[in-house]
Amino acid sequence: MLYSAFNGLVVGIFYALMALGLSLILGLNGVINFAHGTFMALGGYLAFTLEPYIGFWGGLVVAPLLAVVVGLAVERFLIRPLYGRDPLFSLLLTFGLAMIMQDVIRTIWGSIGQPFALPNYLNSPLSSSMFFLTGFRLVVIAITVLVTGALFAVLRYSRIGIRIRAGNADLETISSLGVNIFFLRAANFGIGIFLAGVAGILAAGQLGLSPTIGDSLIMPAFVAIIVGGVGSLMGSVLGGLIIGIASGLTAAFFPVAQEVVIYVIMAVVLVIRPRGLLGQEGLFE
Amino acid sequence: MSSALETRPSSRPAPSIGGREISAAIIWLALLFVPIWLPAIGGFTDLASRVLIYAMAATGLNLLLGYTGGLSFGHAAYFGLGAYGTGLFIIHVIPSMPLALIAGTLLGGIGGILVGPMVMKRKGIYFSMITIAFGQMFYFLAVRWNTVTGGEDGLTGFSRVPLHLAGESIKLGPARFYYVVLALFAAVMLVVWQILRSPMGHAFVATRENTTRLRFLGVAVDKQIWVAFAISAFITALAGSLNAMLTAFASPDDLQWQLSGSFVVICVLGGMRSFWGPFLGAVIYIAAQDYLSSVTQNWMSYIGLIFVLSVLFFPQGLLGFIKGRGRS
Amino acid sequence: MDFVNSASFNRRGLLKAGAAAGVSSLVLPQVTWGASEKPVKIGMIDPRTGVYAPAGHNEIIGATMAVDEINKKGGILGRPVQLLVEDDNSLPGPAVSKAQKLVAEDKVNFLMGTVNSAASESLSQFALQHEMLFVDTGGHADDVTGSKCHWTTFRTCSTTWMLTAGDFKTLFSKFGKKWFFIVPDYAFGHALYKDYMVQLKKAGGEAVGHALAPLGTTDFSSYLIRARAAKPDVLICLQAGDDLVNLLKQAVQFGLDKQIAIAGALQEIEVLQALPKAALLGWWTFEWYWNQPGVPHVADFVTEVKKRSGGKVPTARTWFGYSTAHAIAMAANQAKSLDSLKVVKALEGMELPPEVALQPGKVHYRAEDHQMMANMFPGYVPKDASYPNLFKVADVIPSESIALSPAAAGCKMTYPS
Repeated sequence: MLYSAFNGLVVGIFYALMALGLSLILGLNGVINFAHGTFMALGGYLAFTLEPYIGFWGGLVVAPLLAVVVGLAVERFLIRPLYGRDPLFSLLLTFGLAMIMQDVIRTIWGSIGQPFALPNYLNSPLSSSMFFLTGFRLVVIAITVLVTGALFAVLRYSRIGIRIRAGNADLETISSLGVNIFFLRAANFGIGIFLAGVAGILAAGQLGLSPTIGDSLIMPAFVAIIVGGVGSLMGSVLGGLIIGIASGLTAAFFPVAQEVVIYVIMAVVLVIRPRGLLGQEGLFE
Repeated sequence: MSSALETRPSSRPAPSIGGREISAAIIWLALLFVPIWLPAIGGFTDLASRVLIYAMAATGLNLLLGYTGGLSFGHAAYFGLGAYGTGLFIIHVIPSMPLALIAGTLLGGIGGILVGPMVMKRKGIYFSMITIAFGQMFYFLAVRWNTVTGGEDGLTGFSRVPLHLAGESIKLGPARFYYVVLALFAAVMLVVWQILRSPMGHAFVATRENTTRLRFLGVAVDKQIWVAFAISAFITALAGSLNAMLTAFASPDDLQWQLSGSFVVICVLGGMRSFWGPFLGAVIYIAAQDYLSSVTQNWMSYIGLIFVLSVLFFPQGLLGFIKGRGRS
Repeated sequence: MDFVNSASFNRRGLLKAGAAAGVSSLVLPQVTWGASEKPVKIGMIDPRTGVYAPAGHNEIIGATMAVDEINKKGGILGRPVQLLVEDDNSLPGPAVSKAQKLVAEDKVNFLMGTVNSAASESLSQFALQHEMLFVDTGGHADDVTGSKCHWTTFRTCSTTWMLTAGDFKTLFSKFGKKWFFIVPDYAFGHALYKDYMVQLKKAGGEAVGHALAPLGTTDFSSYLIRARAAKPDVLICLQAGDDLVNLLKQAVQFGLDKQIAIAGALQEIEVLQALPKAALLGWWTFEWYWNQPGVPHVADFVTEVKKRSGGKVPTARTWFGYSTAHAIAMAANQAKSLDSLKVVKALEGMELPPEVALQPGKVHYRAEDHQMMANMFPGYVPKDASYPNLFKVADVIPSESIALSPAAAGCKMTYPS
């Protein structure tokens, strides 16, 4: 039971990391980023390619940044023309983009999985009685907490962070106050992609690194946002943890339902509290 | 979030009535003789059946998407429910094609009726997210509920049952099956046409154009969306049922969000504001997919490119684009 | 990753071979075909995209190479052979649509292909309806040559029974009788589990537990924790593809490999290639292996494949594609006909020549259930494994010595009158 809850927590933390990036982009850019999963894969592959030169830790920093470069180009040339238009269009755009990116990744690195290796000291349990505490899982938790903490600090205290939050609340007003909202949106998109890249490397530590690695991870992140409440970053984190733990517990007792349970939770939340656990009143209604 | 939908000019410009009817007549004539001319240009009849099935699904979706303004990204769920309903009915109840089609359509439609209330209050992008997520719920049900659905392997063991008419058993080859699909497609088009001309249809469009004003006028906006959602789920489910008949197979991928995305892009590609838009979109999309996936292993890039280009350059769809040019 | 050969890259194959850009290696046959020779068409449905793409990729390379060789040697009935490859996106639905297309539009004479069981089962049914020969290259579901066997369907890869019987004795005698299973929750996994259990009980062993993990599971930790708590001698992992990669990576992180022997049934180079060094371990069965010292023609085959695949060694999948295409051509030539029934009759019991069999013993399609009888290659992943030396074959077991009889497999073949 305790083990299962802990497993769920690790998975949930991971969902939270995905959801956070998606949620940021959804909030300020108004885009459901279907390509988030492929940006994840991109992060993983870049880290894999760089690993022989700069090691795992170097890759963990550099690969997401490279993914951000791609992300910024995408934002500038594809997504920016769609701001202010029907949200349907940006949705379709990222949907098509996800297909293209997956195909490009397959063309570059091949459809066969790549052997992404972790440093040896991470690849074993801490002790034989605490075997479920593997070095890598602790790293996943630590990095996620670190990144999330840093993100909240930036949003809370830095100028750009405050503007992002303000833009989330009322984009038109801060625009009329002279804030360059195009820059703001680009920066925000970049941060979201950075989180995706980090998530991709962490995923590749445990899963096979293949072009489709993001496919099964992006949907739970959507659900995390809905459960937590659209418009609330804290909610996304909370939502991720909740569905992760629920799914972990279900996997132990009734594995067949380990995915369905996520959606049942979502349906229950939508019926009881339609705006999500921490969602703002009236948003998107 | 102010939606550009509200500022866009209302759908139909004063039509040149003669032209519109002539083009419709040409389309129907061409459809009627597909089994004759399509093989001659290198196609095959089952492909045309698939185009009509996708056109039907997209037309159903478009009632919600284009006319009522509900950005559903989870319509594959109802398509898939239709497919499973049909297959399960043939395997477990009676091998009768008309009844199986009805069973599939009902299953998908009821799915839509149940999901409707949970999504109808949402707007815009949030509506999309919730519909996607519900679609995935049905997907995982299909994948995991092995004993009923055949799980990941899909539902096999049923085939296109012969049609019993007036005591005679008619075996449905590709051409005959095509005519069954065509007849149902025509029926769906007629129904949708009638709905759009009825007060209900006007209420749908009004919902899309200005929800707030409608609310002040005392119209139950949520209910409008629910009704549109349910009708469109029924139509999409019928398409799914026919698809199960076409391939003699129902698979979890009939419920995947990727398929939902395809339906949406078919609507956008052809023109969401045009009655024939989804049909035209389906013709282009299915033909492109069929051709590209045969000639290049990078077909996904090209399909993705269709998404990107149509969004960036033809947001009104091809028909909207043509109409726009005709006007200027 | 380019498809090196144009016969597969461009499905209009021979006719437009020169037009395909960036493709050089289509060696047009020494035999020059008259302009009027209508090609014999083999339709191949295999994944180029989706989760099974790596396996499909190799099957396509093998089949393409075989077709080039067939054309060099005079084709089928003196006509050139054209291989039309269609991508099923690793999904059964598109597999059927593509089959419809190949039959109705391209008028192919034979069908072959598939990696996943779901696709092979639906194509087997489709081929029966169209009375067309279909050779399942790589879909393992028992039904295909068992309870759902059809006169039109043959299969090159092995059954789940053969996969488990291949290494059962070794595992049992080497590691002990307490086994724990992690079973993928779909037909293929259930069948493997059932087959191991039959043998385990008969041998006096015991299953200390099993966990059903859904297909596509990303986090295996709860199953691994249960496995560890059960204290088995052997942990049997029955996953395939990406799932097996995920499972092995995580088993190593939990340190299970240091406490329990890890083993399983089917293992493939495509999976081992995706594993980091730390997770390269275990006892498994291969269906074919490239390193068979002393077996004639194998080394030549490996060299030739490497030329086409950018230096990659052939895998079992490559051999499936290769031997299947050759078998079809040989059967048609032997039957002197393209008629389905006649070719089927010729293929029944037909023995592959050594340069196609590429392994010891008598390699043939069993007449009663159309199941290929080749060899199983049980063995282990050595400590210093690195590509391409990822496996050490411990034994070569003729399939015929371990396969279930056609009756026991549940196949009752009926032919059209």
